[in-house]
Amino acid sequence: MIYIQLFLSFVQIGMFSFGGGYAALPLIQNQVTEISHWLSIAEFTDLVTISQMTPGPIAINAATFVGMKIAGFGGAVSATLGCVLPSCIIVSLLAFIYFRYKNLTVLQGALWALRPAVVAMIASAGLAIIISAVYAEGADGVKIYMALIFVAAFLVLRSGKMKPVAVMVLCGAARVGLYFLGI
Amino acid sequence: MENEKKSLFTLFLSTLYLSAFTFGGGYVIVTLMKERFVNELNWIDNKEMLNLVAIAQSAPGPIAVNGAILMGYKIRGIKGAAAAILGTVLPPFAIISAVSFFYAAFKSNIYVSLMLEGMQAGVGAVIASVVFDMAYSVVKSRNFAQLIIMALSFGAVYFAKINVMWVIIVCALWGAVRGVIDGRRKI
Repeated sequence: MIYIQLFLSFVQIGMFSFGGGYAALPLIQNQVTEISHWLSIAEFTDLVTISQMTPGPIAINAATFVGMKIAGFGGAVSATLGCVLPSCIIVSLLAFIYFRYKNLTVLQGALWALRPAVVAMIASAGLAIIISAVYAEGADGVKIYMALIFVAAFLVLRSGKMKPVAVMVLCGAARVGLYFLGI
Repeated sequence: MENEKKSLFTLFLSTLYLSAFTFGGGYVIVTLMKERFVNELNWIDNKEMLNLVAIAQSAPGPIAVNGAILMGYKIRGIKGAAAAILGTVLPPFAIISAVSFFYAAFKSNIYVSLMLEGMQAGVGAVIASVVFDMAYSVVKSRNFAQLIIMALSFGAVYFAKINVMWVIIVCALWGAVRGVIDGRRKI
């Protein structure tokens, strides 16, 4: 039965994708194009593009997209449920352990070392996003207008006068506005 | 902070709203979660937020979903976790369901792609700002060992392109051993 197949495929994706985001991509590709042939490679590429253009974790996007295509709304629901189920179980367990035993020296020690590492990982992901936003491959090089939007957004955020989501939407609107000015 | 103010509904709406605006993967949503739950709502402090991100990172599955479960659990136990998962999953589910019907048109629309290009700069600015705060709090604590971990981890992930799983495993093990050996350390 297709609902169960979708569910089980995405349980595996949810269970074995460590590291988040693009780490899940090869796993999704393997499941939906090679093991199950639900999508062609071209369709899978479209899925990645759409995931970049829409909010939400790529695994959830993939589950909804594949489920919808293969078995309609019911398929989307079963694939998405499968995708989050392993997280629900494993992380709930970790949450229980953490909140119960967070004063243990072993756990405190591990978290003591992980906190600065997490800051570094977020910084690394952020830097990659900033570079891809302001730098175009090829002849264009640095997109000055994007660098200006970035700096303006950063300063507004540091002033604390506007919420992050509002700043992000304004950045998008600013880019559309520049297009009308011929940039 | 009174318990009734930490309502399930606020938790659900917060995660819904964050998830709807999170373009660009798990790290973006954890920075927005930090803004919302640490800076705006004051439900949890900076240090605990980083602990939760570390756990979310170490478990399989989407970081956004893992982070939401931990945040929900912290605020209102299992019920909170359920509300946070629902809030996080609904926006991408609804949006992709809709987009899957007309994705060719969506993909080639010039205004959609310009809007998204601009928002990328905004996302970068949000992360830069949050990282600035987080790194400053590490620097300010004058804890030399943590500074070294931060610098080495950054070099390993950004320059050497080492899988973050290894960074997590090495840091967790080293920290755990250090914690046991130096059990009475004030952390």
